[in-house]
Amino acid sequence: MIAFLANPARFMAVSRWLAPLLGAAAAVLLAAGLWLGLSVPDDYQQGATVRIMFIHVPASIMAMGVYVCLGVASFFGLVFRHSLADAAAKAAAPLGAGFTVLALATGSLWGRPMWGTWWVWDARLTSVVVELLLYLGYMAIHAAIDDEAKAARAAAILALIGLVNLPIIHYSVNWWNTLHQGSSLLKTGGPGLAPVYLAPLLVMLAAYAVLFGALWLVRIRAEVWRKRAGALALAAAG
Amino acid sequence: MPDFHVGPYGAYIWPAFAITAAILVWMVADSLIRAARWKAKAKAREAERARKREGKAAS
Repeated sequence: MIAFLANPARFMAVSRWLAPLLGAAAAVLLAAGLWLGLSVPDDYQQGATVRIMFIHVPASIMAMGVYVCLGVASFFGLVFRHSLADAAAKAAAPLGAGFTVLALATGSLWGRPMWGTWWVWDARLTSVVVELLLYLGYMAIHAAIDDEAKAARAAAILALIGLVNLPIIHYSVNWWNTLHQGSSLLKTGGPGLAPVYLAPLLVMLAAYAVLFGALWLVRIRAEVWRKRAGALALAAAG
Repeated sequence: MPDFHVGPYGAYIWPAFAITAAILVWMVADSLIRAARWKAKAKAREAERARKREGKAAS
């Protein structure tokens, strides 16, 4: 699949119809997830705030998932010097940063009524802030270096180093004593959630993932057009 | 059916949903605007190159 789409012309042909298709699917899933999520009964401990889970948990998972995409694309860009891989990595970073901001903001709004505080510098929250800084650092490198090949290489190295942070985020709630609750979805033995909460959560997670897929394709297409416009400008000047 | 009666927690729940909506809308808008802008620029430069080639061929 990756080899098939590595050809820019083939990628542009496939993404032209795949991106709107994924976008439409994401809109349907989002509507269904919101409907289901706002229809759940109050939790016996968390009351109505359990509704924040349906937007917070998918954002947190996507923040990490998008970083995996960034890391894989950076690896292919660094090792195989493939321009489409660099474009894919560059296109993923702002979306990942968006999901990370969402995870932090909705987590803070959930934490205040449940923990009694907006913020605490515990292992989980701090490692997610580090993830946001990695995304911002990646984008800053691209913005600061004029030579695109050098910028892509430097940013890819940062992205690969930053992969170390992913297991730290995931296992932080087990390795350290944190205020954040343990994993209830991605844990051994299956999800520890009642089906009435699990269904809307999975639908919202699918919505976020499909939305990311659609926007990632759109942004990679934008990168391909940008490079083509740049190449044509250079050819016209020469 | 959706239940919008969330009591005193509304002060936390609705801002969380509003921030989510704002950031998702920004992601969609920024991606689409960026793609449309660069596509238009590339198409314009392709058209300009084609015009120049036609001009050279005619002369």
